Amino acid sequence: MIKTRHPVIAATIIIALVLQIMPLPIQIDTYRPDWVLIVLSYWSMALPHRVNVGVAFVTGIAMDILLGTALGIHCFALSVSVYTLAANYQRLRNYSVWQQAIIIGLISALYHAVLFWLQHLLTGIPFQLSYLWPVASSMVLWPWIFWLLRKARRQLNIS
Amino acid sequence: MDTIFSRGPSLNLRLTMALAMSVILIFADHKLDAFQSSRVYMNSLMSPLQYLANLPSLMLNASAQRLTSHEDLVAENRRLTNQVLLMRERLQRFELLQSENVTLRKLLDAPVNTAMKKTVAELMAVDNNPFSQQIVINKGAIDGVYLSQTVLDERGIVGQVMEVGTTNSRVVLITDVTHAIPVRSARNDIRFIASGTGSLDELLLEHVPHSVDVEVGDMLVSSGLGDIFPEGYPVAQVTQVVRDESRPFASVTATPLAKLDRLKYLLLLSPSSPQTLPSSEPVLPPQEPQRD
Repeated sequence: MIKTRHPVIAATIIIALVLQIMPLPIQIDTYRPDWVLIVLSYWSMALPHRVNVGVAFVTGIAMDILLGTALGIHCFALSVSVYTLAANYQRLRNYSVWQQAIIIGLISALYHAVLFWLQHLLTGIPFQLSYLWPVASSMVLWPWIFWLLRKARRQLNIS
Repeated sequence: MDTIFSRGPSLNLRLTMALAMSVILIFADHKLDAFQSSRVYMNSLMSPLQYLANLPSLMLNASAQRLTSHEDLVAENRRLTNQVLLMRERLQRFELLQSENVTLRKLLDAPVNTAMKKTVAELMAVDNNPFSQQIVINKGAIDGVYLSQTVLDERGIVGQVMEVGTTNSRVVLITDVTHAIPVRSARNDIRFIASGTGSLDELLLEHVPHSVDVEVGDMLVSSGLGDIFPEGYPVAQVTQVVRDESRPFASVTATPLAKLDRLKYLLLLSPSSPQTLPSSEPVLPPQEPQRD
């Protein structure tokens, strides 16, 4: 698992983590896309033998520490989401970018649902529909991230 | 090319392992509080990322400061000078009242309220996790921050320290759903528990009987019970009282006085006497609201 790590993949994940925690005005903050989830999704579809559940788990721990949630919540949600993608990567790769965007939307909805359920179990938070805005913004962001990361992958010859 | 033989454990096995580990982590962290001491190191490990994420806003702020015009500065200076003058005048009266209060308390044989030591901290990051309301401040264990320390802004209580890192620490706001603060009404000293609702401008007073004398506009100050928050700091103002007799309790909501959505400079209170609480020791746990 460790032997196949590539510095570029790690760098993109770290950038995604920074974007995920960057302070933003509260009006925009609700629409913040799931940067980490999108980047992990790309790598797990493109290179499922390098990035899959293990990387998602480690990234999840970093997210939990950075966001101050109970340790393990983001690990759980990211592992489940990335597993779904990595298990179906051969089918998903053949979809067009727009179809993939819909899949990413579904995955993001699953991710937020799992996050909500886990935290609901722990602290009894009420559900608000605004929690689901990132699903829409992630779908919009997906094609651009997809093109960007594919370009990076091809130019730097990561396989 | 990757072959099927060099892949290690199968995907399903990995998922099972990851989920099992996550559940163990969640249980250990949330129910057993097993990571209380190691959280400091984990936070310190991750703080470079936090500083990195904070860089753009820092740069924007710096350039905004550099580009402020001379006129703006003069205007601000004038405003602040005026404010200092007004504050000085109030302080004169306050000092008189304080000395008077101390003598009166001595006459009554009541303990004199000791002054608190204050540290100024600056906001570093606001959590974007919609389920919790926490902020990160730029003071940590090396500045003497300890667990459950009270955090104020210029208007009222903001929250308490929930995790201490080496150079920064995490503060849970009073409006977080897991947080509750003991308060009393400044008008008639009735005690309440104000618990967070998860929205930045609302606190809920729990278990208030219908007959209690509470009105819209009542000021709520910290009662000092529970030994976490010092007594007498303003917390919230009552905004709505609904006495629906079909429900067991009156529903009373209040708005925090601290501007929780526009925090910038914060004050950390600590007892001025040398018996400060060491940060390593698991002292008073943060209050959990009693839900039943």
